[in-house]
Parts: sequence; structure tokens; C-alpha cells
Amino acid sequence: MTTRIDTRFAELKKQGRSAFVTFLMAGDPDPATSLEIIKALPKAGADVIEIGMPFTDPMADGPSIQAAGLRALNGGMTLKKTLELVRGFRKGDDATPIVLMGYYNPIYIYGVDKFLSDAKTAGVDGLIIVDLPPEEDEELCKPALKAGLNFIRLATPTTDDKRLPAVLANTSGFVYYVSITGITGAAAADTKAVSEAVARIKRHTRLPVCVGFGIRTPDTARAIASHADGAVVGTALVDALKASLDSQGRATAKTVNAVADLVASLAQGVRGAQQAAE
Amino acid sequence: MNIAKPNSYRSGPDEAGHFGIFGGRFVAETLMPLILDLEKAYAVAKADPAFQAEMNGYLKNYVGRPSPLYFAERLTEHLGGAKIYFKREELNHTGSHKVNNVLGQIMLARRMGKKRIIAETGAGQHGVATATLCARFGLECVVYMGAVDVERQQPNVIRMEMLGAKVFPVQSGTRTLKDAMNEALRDWVTNVHNTFYCIGTVAGPHPYPTLVRDFQSVIGNETRVQMQEVEGRLPDSLVACIGGGSNAMGLFHPFLDDPSVEIFGVEAAGHGLTQLHAASIAGGRPGVLHGNRTYLLMNEDGQIQDAHSISAGLDYPGIGPEHSWLHEIGRVKYLSATDDEALEAFQLLSRLEGIIPALEPAHAIAKVMELAPKRAKDHLMVVNLSGRGDKDVPQVGDILKGKKK
Repeated sequence: MTTRIDTRFAELKKQGRSAFVTFLMAGDPDPATSLEIIKALPKAGADVIEIGMPFTDPMADGPSIQAAGLRALNGGMTLKKTLELVRGFRKGDDATPIVLMGYYNPIYIYGVDKFLSDAKTAGVDGLIIVDLPPEEDEELCKPALKAGLNFIRLATPTTDDKRLPAVLANTSGFVYYVSITGITGAAAADTKAVSEAVARIKRHTRLPVCVGFGIRTPDTARAIASHADGAVVGTALVDALKASLDSQGRATAKTVNAVADLVASLAQGVRGAQQAAE
Repeated sequence: MNIAKPNSYRSGPDEAGHFGIFGGRFVAETLMPLILDLEKAYAVAKADPAFQAEMNGYLKNYVGRPSPLYFAERLTEHLGGAKIYFKREELNHTGSHKVNNVLGQIMLARRMGKKRIIAETGAGQHGVATATLCARFGLECVVYMGAVDVERQQPNVIRMEMLGAKVFPVQSGTRTLKDAMNEALRDWVTNVHNTFYCIGTVAGPHPYPTLVRDFQSVIGNETRVQMQEVEGRLPDSLVACIGGGSNAMGLFHPFLDDPSVEIFGVEAAGHGLTQLHAASIAGGRPGVLHGNRTYLLMNEDGQIQDAHSISAGLDYPGIGPEHSWLHEIGRVKYLSATDDEALEAFQLLSRLEGIIPALEPAHAIAKVMELAPKRAKDHLMVVNLSGRGDKDVPQVGDILKGKKK
């Protein structure tokens, strides 16, 4: 099975550069604006797109992404509409990988088999589910692999060498290294510690390793990207989106460009990085 | 429901922390290694007689156990049916059953070398118990409490601060217990290296539902012995209120394999089951939140819904996974009591027995008022009086004043 994720990382490897991975919340601040933003991402320099599935109780997220989820839910966003958003994006782009990221309950309630089939049809390539560790692989990970979707696992500073093989066993697409012990939007990670951690993970897997949590500026993005196969930025984009809204939290004429401009400058940072040594 | 009855109701959970389909370990990877460590540390402690002996010493001399099993003579006369006994958990040091569990977890934290303790709290009883034992053992204590609960349970906030704990009012979401738990989990993910999360109820990722149940089972174990002493036999029924369900599980678990004992859990029906409430079993369905699969209040998209109860301690949209299993398998009957019913029971008990109960067990008393009159006079009914009402006096006083107007 080869997904758009596998293809994209293979292409980037040939080009000798790391991936720029963006995260935004589906339906933030409303479904129509959200689709316009997602459509603008590849041109602005996003190589892989992560889309958050809004949830009322996002236990691993900081205040920015929590608020984004609530804006989306208040705007009527549902899991079904998130899949529609992906379908809308796929009409104009069949190459950029889409990864859905979120928590398990909305999927469990939607129905695992129906969700996997609808997601695959909509053009989703991979899933990152924060509250499904390898101990719960029977729930969604194994069915997802069977359905032809990548299941991207988070590895963290607490995932030691003894545990890494279990974490990597059913992982595909790429490995998402969470650079800090903490929630999204927290302080930046130390580049040296990140480079050691990426090297450690690479001793256990041939999959690309992307790094996220705590990357906000083109400089940090460049520094991280030079030690990893990809850099993920979420909170900074969500904050830029929020800053463009009016006082009622509604999209303005500036909203799409506010996000696209920041994506473009961060993408330049990533593209300026030296590819990590294999 | 067509579920095979097990040989024992007391053998769960399985190795992965499942009670039937409920329970499990639905947590972020950052926490997983620590949860596995906790499971190991608990298994070792459980098998160590020194651990139990040390805990028994504190339970006796610090907490004040055993708590009395008291014959509520005037309530019994008033209701005219079953003979009603109270398990007086409200007489424990700190004023509720919460201290039983906190003592056990703090002793585990000490064995694991953790110096910083975090906790979530609803009514503040678990927060007070945690702050108390942290003071006793010289540990740093941080308590997360929904901003709404900080308002309605001021006396407990002041107590926690006097005991040296830091109380963080949580402003996210509905600003009640569920959000306090989210915030505690966020703290834990961030400070995982030095922090022990002292969960206040029989919920959360495995092994918490099991270890909290085990620490609370002292309630039911004492009740068996005490009832044998006064009546020479087992009770006929047990009644306890349920938010997450730790006081109920503590009373119920030692009796699960005694088929003659009828068991009733009482959820909070808030304004009524067709309106805002906190009765996860009566009004919810199975889902995944806060590390476990269990009955939850949610909408058709799997988004968690706001709970409501007059009692901050029951104001939670979920329930412990073992309760979900006991419901599905039919061993325990789950009822619910509204805010108004609880308020009525609160006043009745204060006047008839000279015991001001917390609003939480007032829900259990409310159902006793329905169950007891229908039972014979030799029927022995035990109610867990899980907490005292001092913390609720200002709130109930205001409500009653408002009603008179």
C-alpha cells in the first residue's frame, strides 16, 4: 500500500529537503472559510496538511487549539462536515497528503468501519489519534491499516528505547515526534535534544520523522527541519487565524491571507534547512 | 440484555484494564509509560504486607476508621419500612470518603518517589483530602477546580489554601469537574517526570479505576463486619450516590458476589432527565473520555455535553467504567434523583437525624425515601453517607432563602 504520504516523502527526499506540515482546525472559524484556507495551503508551501477534528475535551491541547475547536463546534462543525471539507479540497488537489488529527470519541460514535470507509473515499491519507496508544491498537489502528489509511503515531520524550518498538510496530506514513512533554502551543523545544531524539527514533525505523509542538517562527522551523524529515506548525497558524477575526469571532477579508502569508514565511524557513543526514 | 453472567463479579478488570467493553487506557503516549509504571508499583505495593500495615495505621489513627454503622432510627420510623443504617463516611477526617483513596495514592506516590501531587476536584472534598495528606507528608499540592465550583464551594477552597495547596480555577469549557480533569491531565502531560496524578474517583485510565476501588473497599468490608455484629447477617440492600462512583464502588464491591444483596446506585438527575442533568447511565451511552470507555453524556456527533447537578461532586458527564459494566450486566440498579429531591432529603435528614449531609449523599437519601417504605420492617438497608454538608450550607441557605421569596 502506498499512500499520498509515502509518495510525498519520497519526492521530498529526492529533492533533498524536509517537509513542512501545517495544522489547522476543521471548520475554524466556519466551514466555508476553513475550506478556502485549506485550499490555499499547498500553494503557500505546505507539503502535508493536518486537519484537526474538533472535540469538546482536547486533553493534550493548549488554549489556542482548544479555542479553535470550540469556534468550529459553535459554527456547527461535525465529523461528517470535516470529511466533506476533505472532499472539497480533493476536487482541486489530488497530491497533497491529508492527515486527520484528533481524539477517538467522535470516531467511535460515528462508527469505526463507516468512518474509515468514508474517510478513505473522501481522500484522507492518514490519522493521528492522540488518545489511542499502542495498547489500544485493536480499536482503530489495525482497522485503519486494513482500510488503506496510514496510522501515524506520536512518540514523545517519555517513549524510551524499550517502548519505541511497540510504538513503531503498527505506525506507517511517518512518525510524529512530540518535542516536549506538554501540550500544544507550549514553549519551544531545545534543538539539540530534538536532534538526539530524532536520531534515536531513526535507529528503530526507516519511516520519516516529523517534529512538532513548540515551533512558531521560520527560524525555529529551519532549525528543527535541519534535524528531521519534517516540521509541524499548528498553534502559530491557529493564532494568526484568530487574530484576523472580527470582534464576534467571524472571518474577515484578511483571514485566508493571514494564514497563507504565515505559511509562506514558515515554508521558506523549512526550505532553507539542510536536509538531515541519513 | 444477553450478556453471559460471570462466575464472579469481583474478578475484573482483565490485564488491559477492561470490565467487559468498558475501561481501558485511552491516554496520550506521553502518559503511557507512567501509567504502566503505576500499575507495576501498585502490584508490588498490594502484595507487600508492610504497605497494608502502614495504611491501616493511618486509617485508624489519622482518618479515624472504622467509621460507625449507625441505625437511623427516626428516619426509619418516618419512612415506615426498611431498617435504615448509615455508613458514616462523613465522620472521617476531612469530612468524606475521599480520604480513604487519597491516603492509598499518596502512599503509592511516596513509594514511587514523586514529590509533586496534582488532583482535580468538583465539590472540593477530594481536593481537601489531597491537600490534607500532602500537608501531612510534606508534598507539593496543586488542585484544579472548575471556576463555577470554586464559586459554589468556597468553604472548601479556603480549606485547601489553608492546608498549603495551590488551587487553580479552571476557566475552560463548562468550568466544572470535567474541565478540571482536562486541566489536570494537561498539567500531568507537562510535568510527567516529577508529578503524581491523584485521581479522585473510580475513573480514568487503567489502573486508576481498580486502585481507587481497592482503596475505597474499606467501606464495604467494614460494613460487612459491622452488620454481622449488630444484626448477625448481611444487609439486604445498599444505596449510594454516584458521580464518578467511588463511594458507591467502595460500598458495593465487597457485596457483589452476595446475590441476596440488592444494590442501588443513584445518579444526579439535575433539573430532570429530559433537561440538564448528570445521569450518565440513565441519559448517556458508551463513549471514550478521560482515559476510559464508559457511559457518557454526549450529542450525536460524540461531543461531550454539559452535565448539571446542584451538587458539584456529581456534576460530571461520565461514570466509572466498572459501574457501566455492572449496569450492563444487571448486577447493580442505577436510579437517579433530581436537584429538588436531593434538597428535600438534605432538609429531612438535617431535622430528623441531626446530620447535615453533603448534597451528594442527599441524592442517595432521596431514593431511600422511595425504596424504604416499600420494603419490610426487617429489611436491612445501608446508605453510604459519603460526606458532610458543611461545605454546602452557604449554597443551600441561599437556595432556600430564594425559594421563600
